[in-house]
Amino acid sequence: MLEVKDLHVTVEGNEILKGLSLTVNAGEVHAIMGPNGSGKSTLSAVIAGKEDYEVTSGSITFEGRDVLEMEIEERAQAGLLLGFQYPVEIPGVKNIYLLKAALNAQRKARGENEIPAPEFMKLVREKLAFMKMDASFLQRAVNEGFSGGEKKRNEILQMLLLEPKLAMLDEIDSGLDIDAMKIVADGVNSLRSEERAVLMVTHYQRLLDYITPDYVHVLVDGRIAKSGDKSLALELESRGYEWVLEESAA
Amino acid sequence: MSATHTFLNRLEERTAYRRESAATPEPSWVAARRQAGAARFEALGFPTKRDEAWKYTDVRRISEGDFALAQDADFSPTTAATLGLPLDAIRLSFVDGVFSAELSDMADLPAGLGVEPLSKAMSTNHEAVGGSLGRLAGVEFSPFTALNTALADEGAVIRIGSGVVVEKPILVQFFSRANAQPVMSHPRVLIEAGARSQATIIEHYVGEAEAANFTNVVGEALLERGAILSHYILQEASLQDAHIGSLHIDQGRDSRFTSFNINLGGALVRNDLISDLNAEGAEANYYGLFFAQGRQHVDNHTLVNHNAPHTFSNENYKGILGDRARGVFNGKVIVKRDSQKIEAHQSNANLLLSDRAEIDTKPELEIYADDVKCSHGATTGQLDEEAVFALRTRGIDEQTARGLLTLAFAGEVMDKVTLDTVAERVERAVAGKLPERFNLSDLVDVATANQA
Ligand SMILES: Nc1ncnc2c1ncn2[C@@H]1O[C@H](COP(=O)(O)OP(=O)(O)OP(=O)(O)O)[C@@H](O)[C@H]1O
Ligand SMILES: [Mg+2]
Repeated sequence: MLEVKDLHVTVEGNEILKGLSLTVNAGEVHAIMGPNGSGKSTLSAVIAGKEDYEVTSGSITFEGRDVLEMEIEERAQAGLLLGFQYPVEIPGVKNIYLLKAALNAQRKARGENEIPAPEFMKLVREKLAFMKMDASFLQRAVNEGFSGGEKKRNEILQMLLLEPKLAMLDEIDSGLDIDAMKIVADGVNSLRSEERAVLMVTHYQRLLDYITPDYVHVLVDGRIAKSGDKSLALELESRGYEWVLEESAA
Repeated sequence: MSATHTFLNRLEERTAYRRESAATPEPSWVAARRQAGAARFEALGFPTKRDEAWKYTDVRRISEGDFALAQDADFSPTTAATLGLPLDAIRLSFVDGVFSAELSDMADLPAGLGVEPLSKAMSTNHEAVGGSLGRLAGVEFSPFTALNTALADEGAVIRIGSGVVVEKPILVQFFSRANAQPVMSHPRVLIEAGARSQATIIEHYVGEAEAANFTNVVGEALLERGAILSHYILQEASLQDAHIGSLHIDQGRDSRFTSFNINLGGALVRNDLISDLNAEGAEANYYGLFFAQGRQHVDNHTLVNHNAPHTFSNENYKGILGDRARGVFNGKVIVKRDSQKIEAHQSNANLLLSDRAEIDTKPELEIYADDVKCSHGATTGQLDEEAVFALRTRGIDEQTARGLLTLAFAGEVMDKVTLDTVAERVERAVAGKLPERFNLSDLVDVATANQA
């Protein structure tokens, strides 16, 4: 589904990703862990199309399409969706409007009609209830004045509505209380299917207790230094990253 | 010869026919005022950049233009209907300044409401007009007010009787045609709102895309005790039209005047709004939005005089400038020495969509009382690129994302606009056709109710 090959990315003259390769197949959940500043957010942002990053070499393909040739919105329409580590506030744009415009953009890209309003509201109500969010969030400007945890829930709400083929979740667990963690995890799990995949960046084992990954990768200094199954996360939790660094240097 | 003199000489020829063809001579007070206006205009001349009030606005498009006066009001009703606002309204229409009965609809006016063209009001009872016409605007205000006084012979006269609540909006349409020879018009708008009356008045300036005319309007609004007036200026003239306008408002006790000054069109637009809050409890709200592209130039000057204690003013102007457009905002509030316990708030925020767009903004407060609550501020910024990215990552195309954010910037002002058709015009101009922005709130209310 997603194929990242020998990706080199530079930001303002600094090379952040230094030959990263990663393959994600449909049905899989991948967790990416790694020290602060190692390039995890950079990876997901480059896949989503953030323009400040310069891809100096390597390739990204999604379902056979060259992602680097696609516009940001085309990537989303194709089913690649990024949940931000720091969701931005968008004053003056109502949450409900964003949801509707986003859903319709996707439908339009697929050659479908705009969703009828009552059907849309029914859908939104369902997803809101699932995320245990109050309907008043719909009327508020996107993320404006939302608490840290509310912003993260709002990201998942969008995911539930847009049903991406590949959901990329950047530290979706940070800032969540225990109950919210459970709700968010339930949300992500509900997206899992044979046709879909999840790529999530996290620092903590706790999220992985709720969302069991098929693969765990350790990103160190712009490269995947080690990959394994869910037991790797447990090992990292108890031993830290030092040994991975040493192992990969050796 | 100066531009002013060339302009005046040409005018002499252009207006000669009117003096000759007039069936009955004008009342002497009208002739006297015309003379005073002409003399004042000649003395002042067209403003230049050396005039503080015109520092950023070059009027050569007008002073060096050659404008005739329209002779008729021929205009296709179909075109008029396409250009006009689809509103169930009382309609008074002018075509290049000439009254059009055909495009007007003043049937079934509620009791106590008078809406008529100035020419009709004059022929019915010119003395009843003479008392108020020009009382607030005078000829001193600017060379353009003087010029208007010298030439005005048409316009809208709206009189709302005491206690009359007008349900339908009153729409005054000014159509500008694509003429072979550009024309100018000098309309007047006279509004008398009686005690405790309520009404909504819309001045709509719009025209054919190729129109390149000059409109020089002077408005006066008199609000008696407790009158509540909503006043819109919706500027959608062609990108070659020049527009100069001033509106002079006199507010009595407990009256409330709310202005929506929405500028989407015009090549060169200058609007002045002047409110005199003359008695306790008077309140003026000024909401403005100017959106300019290409090489449009939009200048908004406002002045609020707090002449009495316990008066309130609140002003919020938003400017959106793209391409090489230029905007000017000058908002002044003057609080007289004994005007204690007043409140005056003013803000102007601007959004520059291009590096070559420019804004000159100057909020000014002159306070001579000591027990007052005042605030003012101005900001200028660009679209938040992080937000553009965030919207695009949700599949929304770049143009729509930018349109949405631009519209969101205007939100604070647009939220106050209660006429949906006006809001839709703004949306279309600023953001293009967006998927279903309206009615969403209703749906959410239903959703909220269902969930509860
Ligand atoms: N716009 C930028 N300008 C300069 N440096 C940048 C920019 N964006 C990212 N970087 C640098 O790139 C490196 C990788 O950043 P990134 O956000 O990908 O790290 P991360 O692995 O997500 O870290 P964390 O766990 O703290 O979220 C960091 O050293 C960061 O400072
Ligand atoms: Mg990060």
